[in-house]
Amino acid sequence: MSEQRHGDSGADLNLVGVTKSFGAFTAVDDLSLTVPQGSFFALLGASGCGKTTTLRMIAGLEEPTAGRILLGDQDVTRLRPYKRPVNTVFQSYALFPHLNISDNVAFGLRRRGVKGVADQVERMLRLVDLESFGKRKPAQLSGGQQQRVALARALINHPQVLLLDEPLGALDLKLRRQMQVELKRIQTEVGITFVHVTHDQEEAMTMADTVAVMNAGKIEQLGSPVEMYDYPGTAFVANFLGQSNLFAGGVTGRSGDDVLVEAHGARFSLPATRARAADGSVWLGVRPEKMHLAAALDKVPAGHQSVTGIITDSSYVGVSTQYLVRPAWGDELTVFVPNSGVAAPLAVASEVTVHWRPEHAFLLSRPEGQTVAPVVDAEALA
Amino acid sequence: MSALGHVGGSTGTPAKLEKPRKRWLPYLLLLPGGLWLILFFAVPAIQLFATSLYDPSGSLEEGYAMTWQFSNYADAASEYLPHFMRSLGYAALTTVICLLLGYPLAYAIALKGGRWKNLLLICVIAPFFTSFLIRTLAWKVILSDNGWVVTTLDALHVPLPDGRLLATTPAVIAGLVYNFLPFMVLPLYASLEKLDPRLLEAAGDLYARPVARFTRVALPLSMPGVVAGTLLTFIPAAGDYINAQLLGTNRQYMIGNVIQSKFLRVGDYPNAAALSFTLMAAILVLVFVYVRRAGTDEVL
Repeated sequence: MSEQRHGDSGADLNLVGVTKSFGAFTAVDDLSLTVPQGSFFALLGASGCGKTTTLRMIAGLEEPTAGRILLGDQDVTRLRPYKRPVNTVFQSYALFPHLNISDNVAFGLRRRGVKGVADQVERMLRLVDLESFGKRKPAQLSGGQQQRVALARALINHPQVLLLDEPLGALDLKLRRQMQVELKRIQTEVGITFVHVTHDQEEAMTMADTVAVMNAGKIEQLGSPVEMYDYPGTAFVANFLGQSNLFAGGVTGRSGDDVLVEAHGARFSLPATRARAADGSVWLGVRPEKMHLAAALDKVPAGHQSVTGIITDSSYVGVSTQYLVRPAWGDELTVFVPNSGVAAPLAVASEVTVHWRPEHAFLLSRPEGQTVAPVVDAEALA
Repeated sequence: MSALGHVGGSTGTPAKLEKPRKRWLPYLLLLPGGLWLILFFAVPAIQLFATSLYDPSGSLEEGYAMTWQFSNYADAASEYLPHFMRSLGYAALTTVICLLLGYPLAYAIALKGGRWKNLLLICVIAPFFTSFLIRTLAWKVILSDNGWVVTTLDALHVPLPDGRLLATTPAVIAGLVYNFLPFMVLPLYASLEKLDPRLLEAAGDLYARPVARFTRVALPLSMPGVVAGTLLTFIPAAGDYINAQLLGTNRQYMIGNVIQSKFLRVGDYPNAAALSFTLMAAILVLVFVYVRRAGTDEVL
């Protein structure tokens, strides 16, 4: 598969201080990042956060207002799209409606003057499981099949970087899950750098080695899905990547290796290794599935942190039951209890104690005066 | 389908009430246009065909005798073959020039027009606000021997064939192009407007240089517009006689001029009708071959 490879392959993608403004609006703001060769990188963010603009600048479809884009040693910032060893899988697929599937897939090779492409096209269609569809027109294929054609059409060129712009957005949930696994398999197989833009945090976490969460044209945090989920860097990330219960509080001091926090009149502690702020206003965060429910305070295991409240709602979602618990200060906590058959379900309106291990909490700095955690507008995700 | 309605049981009853209505509604909608076509197209066409087979020795005053005079067609073809060829040649040249001028124009309006799109389109159809005849007469003034075009060209020492513009073949072609350009631009615009710019981006992303992007993506996808535009230009241009009459001489006369003079000046109805029918048949054959060759069945 390496005979068509473009230039030298040991090349990382580098964005250096890239800015893109549309009039007075800054879509991408002084963005710098490195995508290592061969990795699966996800740019995650709500719509309007600048992730698609970033992708289009890498593809050459937009020109940065400032900054540089490098592929290995090559500066591609001002290079026309057709001169870049980069290919894109478009959100709308953008398959050529007048060409059949084989001709769509062969398009890139033919434009580069490659002769005898039939074998490669066939091999590529086999990779995406569409070997018998070569003679059909795009309109005769289902959404999932078109998606795979778009992927094959880009991959056949062996780009140094493959860009995927919300490629699974138009598929239904079940097909999307299937394609996530498929994409990851193909990426591992071909070893090409994938840069995947999505607003779906689950999609980003399932597939990517590295996730960059973008907000308002900047990268909020960048890291592996596990480390970002386990120990988010900002309140935005804590709520964007999964859900978090955040208590607005302040650091009151230290006790050995623990940081002491006071929030809503209650005292908490957590290991200093889990704290991103050592003093001042903070958010104390705990993931809903790391919280447990006890019927009474004396049933809380030793060493756990706890809050007492009233169950205001419970919803059964099969694998778990999601409870809303209102503590004395009002802001409801979300608690996921796995339906493993160990504990009996708890009734709404009963009093419970929510508890968690101190090392499962995390501490984030909180801008003075911010009392409501930044949440992502569900509309912006649509 | 109606058999399924019975199997459907209880739902069959309301469907039965709806069905008769739906069945005759399309015919009702066809009726006004259909009647119009029968009255003003089918009947006159049959009449014209009948006229073409009358004895040409008759006249309007004495009346014509139906003699199944198929020789009218042979006479028309042999005597006026140069006019036929000139008509088709002029029309083809006009169509090609209109396509070369109209495509970039329609492309620019559709893809780069932005908020000026509608204004630019109005500019394209603006000439229609004035009568065809008056516009062509205006060209006669513009191209006349002491008009500003000829005097400017003279001042610049640009050599003109015959030292003039009016009453030459280029003048006739220019008039035809001018008059039929909007018929080329509008269908082209309609089809380019539907062209998804993301397909052009995708082509660029897949190593297509600007030229390949045009020939491999934009042009094939706008073929319905090209076919519609060329037909709307070629067919009326082949039958036109105003441009040749006003901007040309009898050396530029097209078949339309012959038909016009036979009908209105000479009063030779049978031969005029035979010429009309021959022109219609020639155009039909050419259009049929063209549409088959252009292969737009799937795109259309």
